[in-house]
Amino acid sequence: MEKKRWNKTAKNNAVTYGIVIVFWIVMTLWRQSGNLSSLLQGLLVPVCIYAIMAVSLNLTVGILGELSLGHAGFMCVGAFASAFFTQCMTEAIPFVPLRFALAIIVAALFAAVFGVIIGIPVLRLQGDYLAIVTLAFGEIIKNFVNILYIGRDSRGLHFSIRDTLSLGLEEDGVVIIKGPQGITGTSRDATFTIGIILLLITLFIVLRLIQSRDGRAIKAIRDNQIAAESVGINITKYKLMAFTISAALAGVAGALYSHNLSSLTATSQNFGYNMSIMILVYVVLGGIGSIRGSMIAAAILTVLPELLRGLSDYRMLIYAIILIVAMLLNWAPAALAFREKYSLKRLLGKNKAKGVE
Amino acid sequence: MSFLSYLINGISLGSVYAIIALGYTMVYGIAKMLNFAHGDVIMIGAYVTLTAMTSLMAPTIPAILLAIVVCTVLGVVIERVAYRPLRNATSPLAVLITAIGVSYLLQNIALLVFGANTKSFPSVVQLPALSLAGGNLVISSLTLVTILACIVIMIGLTLFIKKTKAGQAMLAVSEDRGAAQLMGINVNGTIALTFAIGSGLAAIAGVLLCSAYPSLTPYTGSMPGIKAFVAAVFGGIGSIPGAMIGGILLGVIEIFGRAYISSQMADAIVFAVLIVVLLVKPAGLLGKKIQEKV
Repeated sequence: MEKKRWNKTAKNNAVTYGIVIVFWIVMTLWRQSGNLSSLLQGLLVPVCIYAIMAVSLNLTVGILGELSLGHAGFMCVGAFASAFFTQCMTEAIPFVPLRFALAIIVAALFAAVFGVIIGIPVLRLQGDYLAIVTLAFGEIIKNFVNILYIGRDSRGLHFSIRDTLSLGLEEDGVVIIKGPQGITGTSRDATFTIGIILLLITLFIVLRLIQSRDGRAIKAIRDNQIAAESVGINITKYKLMAFTISAALAGVAGALYSHNLSSLTATSQNFGYNMSIMILVYVVLGGIGSIRGSMIAAAILTVLPELLRGLSDYRMLIYAIILIVAMLLNWAPAALAFREKYSLKRLLGKNKAKGVE
Repeated sequence: MSFLSYLINGISLGSVYAIIALGYTMVYGIAKMLNFAHGDVIMIGAYVTLTAMTSLMAPTIPAILLAIVVCTVLGVVIERVAYRPLRNATSPLAVLITAIGVSYLLQNIALLVFGANTKSFPSVVQLPALSLAGGNLVISSLTLVTILACIVIMIGLTLFIKKTKAGQAMLAVSEDRGAAQLMGINVNGTIALTFAIGSGLAAIAGVLLCSAYPSLTPYTGSMPGIKAFVAAVFGGIGSIPGAMIGGILLGVIEIFGRAYISSQMADAIVFAVLIVVLLVKPAGLLGKKIQEKV
């Protein structure tokens, strides 16, 4: 029995990884054949970014069962930390793959540190309060990055939250983070292949976590916190674990994001509340708790609106309606009862039973 | 004198927050849900007023009344279509995510109907400003009207809840929905009434907010909406005087933060207040601590 269940999980995981690898092969072949439009080529890395974001947010929303509305904030931390690292190390580490790998690790570490700092107070709350406080933190991160100035000269790093002049740089100094103008001139190291590798690593981490003893503890907390506590599960530890891993993975997505653009700024479009909601739409549409689902939903919803340019005015409107309808159909007790009563399986099952008679 | 004028501006902004926060606090107290779309109802109210005044050439008062009616109907419809089916859902996240969807829907409808361009909102109060202390301290008539409106609404709402049957029903539903139903209270009707009142107040808040900060876009409502929720939490969710105190304190904190600390960090300061309140006194200033039972 135990062995059989394991096989099923392993098969499921293999399908998930398989989808990613097949996607990579198809897209690479398509690109080499020269038929891939430049529009689609430009979307390959964003697909990986949003898939990683959706998978990592699903860890918080689907597995931990808490709604985080500040996920884009962690992406912002990762993006700026890694871009800053790359700018500082351009001369020190000329070998691009190594530098980018280190930048990704820096992004994950910074985002994880923020995850812990934010998680410790936030995870004492639940439900609506937790959602609004994560939203608040996300906005604070975005606002803070917009007033942050960091420069470097022969004496080291200089920080300011006012303007470039107050950094007090010497003549050889360069301003790396320029407040609202962000970071410009980061080398564009992100490629589709690296994105796919990172997505696979993300999937591996998340799936391993969910299917481990720790993951079962996290799900137990989601299903009934009081019961979980009473059987000796350390609530704070496991909540923080899930939240921090989710934040670190969002940081990885941020590193990919910042190395896909030559100039990086924190606006409400890319790192604000809107982005957090967008990722939430992917998670809800892919199925809360379904890792494979959120990955596929993210990919489809990133590519589809770009292909249907004519609908671009209605894109967000359609997302909103989809979000509401998906929630009503999946969660409303009346809709669930209706689906139970008229489900295809049951109707087919009935027919079969009649056929036997 | 600049301190005093900041203070008065803060109280004025805080009064708008207080009116919005009332909608949050009543809905949260009675339906136990965070109505994320409340901020966007404010925006719709402002757009309706603007359209009535510019396209239909309506005078100010009828235009505002029209906005109140539209928002009230909108609030009831949202509750009926999107929130009521999910009231007994197994996950508390379901209704919250739906509310976010409704908020998005309203923003995008406004975007399609009214366009993305910033519209300038005419001032609805055209009275002379009040000049005190030999002209050193000038208080605009809008500021006075805002503060006055907030006080009138607060007194009216308190009387409504204390003195009328419908108000008592609201109290009962917020206390214990099941028991209220057993006592013959129409729970669905009471919740719908709460949404109606909250949304009607949102229309007034929208007009006052856009008169003070006269640029109107489809996203105008979302940030004040979230801040008003912070105010409601600050004052103690479910408490009407709490919403007023929380709103005014938050308005003053925001204006002082903008004036004395950093104008770009004003929003961050407001959110920092929320985080501190929730960590130190999660029930808010006037809220009751409710122990969760197993």
